[in-house]
Amino acid sequence: MRRLFLAALPAMFLAALPAPAHAEDPTFTLVIRNHLFEPARLEVPANAKFRLVVKNMDPTAEEFESKELKREKVIAGGTEAVILLGPLKPGTYRFVGEYHEATAKGVLVAK
Amino acid sequence: MLSTAIIVFREMLEAALIVSVMMAASRGAAGRGMSIGGGVAGGVLGACILAIFAGQIAAAMDGVGQEVFNAGVLFAAVLMLAWHSIWMKRHGREMARQMADVANAVRSGGRPIYILGVVVGVAVLREGSETVLFLYGIAAGGSGGVQAMVAGGSLGVIAGLAVGILLYRGLLNIPPRHLFRFTGILILLMAAGMASQAAAFLVAADLLPPLGAEVWDSSAIIDPSGILGRTLHALVGYDARPAGIQLLVFTATLLTIYACMHAVDRPTTRTRPA
Repeated sequence: MRRLFLAALPAMFLAALPAPAHAEDPTFTLVIRNHLFEPARLEVPANAKFRLVVKNMDPTAEEFESKELKREKVIAGGTEAVILLGPLKPGTYRFVGEYHEATAKGVLVAK
Repeated sequence: MLSTAIIVFREMLEAALIVSVMMAASRGAAGRGMSIGGGVAGGVLGACILAIFAGQIAAAMDGVGQEVFNAGVLFAAVLMLAWHSIWMKRHGREMARQMADVANAVRSGGRPIYILGVVVGVAVLREGSETVLFLYGIAAGGSGGVQAMVAGGSLGVIAGLAVGILLYRGLLNIPPRHLFRFTGILILLMAAGMASQAAAFLVAADLLPPLGAEVWDSSAIIDPSGILGRTLHALVGYDARPAGIQLLVFTATLLTIYACMHAVDRPTTRTRPA
């Protein structure tokens, strides 16, 4: 019984949280194709919240990773992920696809 | 193949370190093989299931399902570690005495070791699901890389296991009397670190305010992508660019568990004759 309770904890945690309300924030899109980000340089607004949608067109999984943005998110092949960002200070923020770091590189420019 | 091995090793490392600390912390306890082994097996199975539903989880809750799920399992692990710390504070002294006498070691079977099994399961689940997704992607990629994937994946797993065994052997060099004190401190820090990581996921999901997006940047001193950085991340939740709320949650978790441990450590336990 106790074990069942322990297993149910994460689910309870999920249910206890309020539904996030960020659907109205502006959306920017990145595409991963052939282990490359398109566009490799994306301008986003500074000092505002926004949604970054990353579409993985490759059959392989990719991990969107940016130490500077403090984000790490695995995106399975052929799926897309939403990354909530901002408000960012003006500047450039590098990101990589951790699973194909040699080619999958890009930068967000917050203006 | 080598790049596959490195990525798998990176994902494995954290889970392997957590497993070795849990193994050391449960030294001498009856049924620990079952609990820890069960945790690993359950974690691997869960990782495969999680990988299958990764798309649905990621899309859940307006796109932040993955972050919230990660925060949830980390939070569960924090509760388990807190519970274990408090239990050990109550019964640790008797256990340390029993440990000195190997024949008596089995008596510590009353200890709820499955708690540590759950922590292991959660660690394997989180890191494992990413590894499964990664490897499955290569297999599905159909670029004839399956053989290289299997070889690289195995190499990565073996390297991860080796580091885990190394840490475990190192911990076993500590005399039993001090071992539990040491693993006790490690578990306390691990719990606080996981709580701070959970907070970071909730910030990423925009469910918690960051309270200062980047309090400091120590990535030039300890690279968070390096082996040392990753090891410290697994053991004490090292973050090169912590948000204010992560520091707050880290401290609050540490103080809360510590206060609970002191509350249960009644004078009667303290003065009982040996």
